[in-house]
Amino acid sequence: MRLELRIWRQPRRDADGDFATYHVDASPDMSFLEMLDVLNETLTEAGDDPVAFEHDCREGICGSCSLMINGRAHGPEPGTATCQLHMRKFRDGDVIRIEPWRSAAFPVLKDLVVDRSDFDKIIQAGGYISINTGSAPDANLIPVPKRSADLAMDAAECIGCGACVAQCPNGAAQLFTAAKVSHLALLPQGQAERDQRVLRMVAEMERAFGSCTNYGECEVVCPKGISIEFIARMNRDYLKASLRAGSGRPKGSG
Amino acid sequence: MAVSGIALFGFVLTHMLGNLKLYQGAEKLNAYAEWLREMGSPALPHSGALWLLRAGLIVAVVVHIVCAYQLTRINQKARPVGYKRRATIQATYASRTLRWGGVIILLFVLYHLGHLTFGQLHPDFVAGDVYNNVVVGFSVWWVSALYMVANLALGLHLYHGVWSLFQTLGVAAPRGGDWRRGIAAAFAFVVTVGNLSFPIAVLTGLVG
Repeated sequence: MRLELRIWRQPRRDADGDFATYHVDASPDMSFLEMLDVLNETLTEAGDDPVAFEHDCREGICGSCSLMINGRAHGPEPGTATCQLHMRKFRDGDVIRIEPWRSAAFPVLKDLVVDRSDFDKIIQAGGYISINTGSAPDANLIPVPKRSADLAMDAAECIGCGACVAQCPNGAAQLFTAAKVSHLALLPQGQAERDQRVLRMVAEMERAFGSCTNYGECEVVCPKGISIEFIARMNRDYLKASLRAGSGRPKGSG
Repeated sequence: MAVSGIALFGFVLTHMLGNLKLYQGAEKLNAYAEWLREMGSPALPHSGALWLLRAGLIVAVVVHIVCAYQLTRINQKARPVGYKRRATIQATYASRTLRWGGVIILLFVLYHLGHLTFGQLHPDFVAGDVYNNVVVGFSVWWVSALYMVANLALGLHLYHGVWSLFQTLGVAAPRGGDWRRGIAAAFAFVVTVGNLSFPIAVLTGLVG
């Protein structure tokens, strides 16, 4: 299949960029990233600068790939990251526009590569539990109700790719933050720091990102299918924590 | 947005329910309007309770608009460079028109205050004769059309707003079984149909 690609090219972080048009011959069995590899081989052989894009595991679990494909984060196939998107989802002769994630918090470093450090800063603000390390505890030492375990796992599936921010008309990071807040808030180990976690993570999120107005676009492009139900959970946690902090008795304030 | 929204939802619902007295005739509607001014009497002066409620409403409107403005500015700054192409996947029409819908509603409310509350924009305003003011006001077809368009905008605003307030205040529902959508749709439908019925009733001669 022969495709026309219109790809955002930008040499450096603060440089101007523009779309460049390329033609590539691909097989329907290739993944989207393999198709870009083919393009880059051609570019390299011709002495041109290959297109920079992020990728790592290519198994849909690392969250490195980050392409806006025809206006949709991770492309037309629901529930997959770009690396798991295959060219059979396109037709011969298709024109495919490829853009980087667009957000003030995710500056473009080169071509399609963006800096997602602001996600790390949200995690650093509270997306952890403070425990003394030692030998691994016995399994089932802390009982976790089945429903909580399932929900916590649903939230913990988030791979931090940033598709939610990229697709959101507001550039909001509520879905990512909600997933990270919720997976710890649902488990016994997360209770000690529950209030300070949500307060600090939301504060950091608001510093860097837009704010949610409930469009619901994030959950459809999430490669892990994280539901906006978790945003409501985070909002509830945040309200409770704010009230407790206001009354001087926040959980885990020590 | 959510807290001021709740106050405004309460208002649009009671406003619509109160106006249903239009169907009971001039006497009942005008008596209801008079009762609104007499509320709280004699503890409060004439129109005292009404103005207290109006003050609360004005505060809610101002808070709602200021929050909406700030939120819009934050969100504009969050994506300084836009996409050449961005698909809309599941965002509802109501959610995408919320901001401009809000502006339409604000302009309409200003017109409506001058038209049926204070009368400067009304062709034949008689203070206290609400029934007559409504019938004369809505007899002009384009005025009725304006009211109907504004109330459709209000309906869309309510649909997204009611659903959103559950989400904002942390009332979760699982995907697939989202009962909050049903409540939002029912609330928006009742208010919109009630409000649309008044100009239609006047235009069709059902009331007059």
